[in-house]
Amino acid sequence: MAIVFQRPKSLAEVNMHYCPGCTHGIIHRLIAETIDELEIEGKTVGIAPVGCSVRAYDYFNCDMVQAAHGRAPAVATGLKRARPDNIIFTYQGDGDLAAIGMAETVHAATRGENITVIFVNNAIYGMTGGQMAPTSLPGQVTQTSPYGRDVRAAGYPIRVCELLSTLDGVTLAQRVAVDCVKNVRIAKKAIKKAFENQVNGLGYSIVEVISSCPTNWGLAPNEALEWLRGNMLPYYPLGVYKDLSIDKSTDKSAEGGM
Amino acid sequence: MAEKVLMKGNEALAEAAICAGCRHFFGYPITPQTELAAYMAKVMPKIGGTYLQAESEIAAINMVLGASAAGVRAMTSSSSPGISLKSEGISYMAGSDLPGLIINVQRGGPGLGGIQPSQSDYWQATKATGHGDFQILVFAPSTIQEMIDLVFTAFDLGDKYRMPAMILLDGMLGQMMEPVVLPEKGKISLTEKPWAADGHGFKRQHNIINSLYLDPALLERTNIQRFERYAAIKETEQRCEEYCTEDADLVVVAFGASSRICRNAIVAARAQGIKAGILRPITLWPFPTDAILQLAQTAKAFLAVEMSMGQMVEDVKLAVNGAKPVRFYGRTGGIIPSPSEVLEQIKTIAGGM
Repeated sequence: MAIVFQRPKSLAEVNMHYCPGCTHGIIHRLIAETIDELEIEGKTVGIAPVGCSVRAYDYFNCDMVQAAHGRAPAVATGLKRARPDNIIFTYQGDGDLAAIGMAETVHAATRGENITVIFVNNAIYGMTGGQMAPTSLPGQVTQTSPYGRDVRAAGYPIRVCELLSTLDGVTLAQRVAVDCVKNVRIAKKAIKKAFENQVNGLGYSIVEVISSCPTNWGLAPNEALEWLRGNMLPYYPLGVYKDLSIDKSTDKSAEGGM
Repeated sequence: MAEKVLMKGNEALAEAAICAGCRHFFGYPITPQTELAAYMAKVMPKIGGTYLQAESEIAAINMVLGASAAGVRAMTSSSSPGISLKSEGISYMAGSDLPGLIINVQRGGPGLGGIQPSQSDYWQATKATGHGDFQILVFAPSTIQEMIDLVFTAFDLGDKYRMPAMILLDGMLGQMMEPVVLPEKGKISLTEKPWAADGHGFKRQHNIINSLYLDPALLERTNIQRFERYAAIKETEQRCEEYCTEDADLVVVAFGASSRICRNAIVAARAQGIKAGILRPITLWPFPTDAILQLAQTAKAFLAVEMSMGQMVEDVKLAVNGAKPVRFYGRTGGIIPSPSEVLEQIKTIAGGM
């Protein structure tokens, strides 16, 4: 009998701590499949953030570094500059990447660091128990916006892909979701491209994954995916915001031919 | 014999780090460490190294953390307010058992303070460079030649004990020029780093660089083990220099720039028949407690002289442990004490002994 689906080799055989219905597990798998397919596990170093996915260092079989809250792009810069042949990816949530780590995010992007950033946007702080995130929607009820996010007091959510796509240093900025099979397949392609870009030396790639948090949204897993489709996707449209992969590959091969 | 060259402190430090095998410098502009970063920006690209001007001090120290995690010698330099920003990253480095060199060319504080020389980050360097139970190695050179030599020591001991190391300077040492002999290039032996996150290549289990321990018992055990390492360092790595202490009734304790001034004051005091000497800590952590305790048997009094409101004096008191009186004299805010001011203090104390 042919095997059509199995655990990726670069994903550790351990039980993950994520809540039922959480989409971190799917995103971890897509990264691990990519690492396997590109045969880069031996030279890949992942960076775990602070947040629910902090223990990602136990879930991937490649070398891992745990970074302070928001500092993953700076740590990635150090790792990449020290070992340019290694493949470095960060795995960051919305509070980590778009609040406390926004300076590190923007500057790693504008430097065009040759790294891969996987940004998990679920519009809430998960691990600390459901506080308002930089990506929480207007009117969204959280522990620290108990009357709904009031944009007059708390400002507006940040659309990260749109923001970063204005920077010349960015090669790929794409927003995907993992709410259904079709979108998971698109997400996989985007993540793979983001890693391939690094392998090919094309520079900074970010994939924003719209994700759910049933526990802190107070919804059943299937209801959470419905809420994601009905509320998050209209505010955070899926799609490619910037993709210079092909242009830069052509430039590179032209350089190589001179 | 190697040739003597005239070098500015900040530039000598940079050249020494390069000689010691450092090819990764991450920093953020701040006075008065500027020449160090400028030197790195000029030289690193020519030798295949990395000079990266980070978006902040916070990012710079985390870049050092990343490069160090990858197994290379990495460093950053800053001045007092910048070190405060780096303290998060230094704590993570200590908690992850990562080496890395941090230079602090101190200026007056608190807050934005001033840009003139100061020694008021002693507490920060030796007691609390960040949150949590940890120490870092702290070196306090007093000449530019010693700055060069201690760069090597700091990298070597940091790698050996897997902990961050700081060279604590002040604006005076950073900015002054002295003749120095640079070490010969290519004479370093780097420590193996089998713990590094540099890609397992399917030749070993994956390495994890991490400071998170959600199990309190495991975190306690990790901290205890780290402090056992610190205890061994306290046993073996205390360094200081003594001058005229054999028969000294009064022992001045001073480090860095203020130790140079005190030395002049002691020569003057001796000329006036006062038996004064100086103990100059070279390591601030571990503090040279053993040597001070030894002198407490023969000296009648101690005088700590610092460019601060009095910080190291507390460690002198702990070392002397009540056996003899410990006095303090300091100038702060960027004021450098003069030898005659220190001499007056020595004469006053000697008169009362």
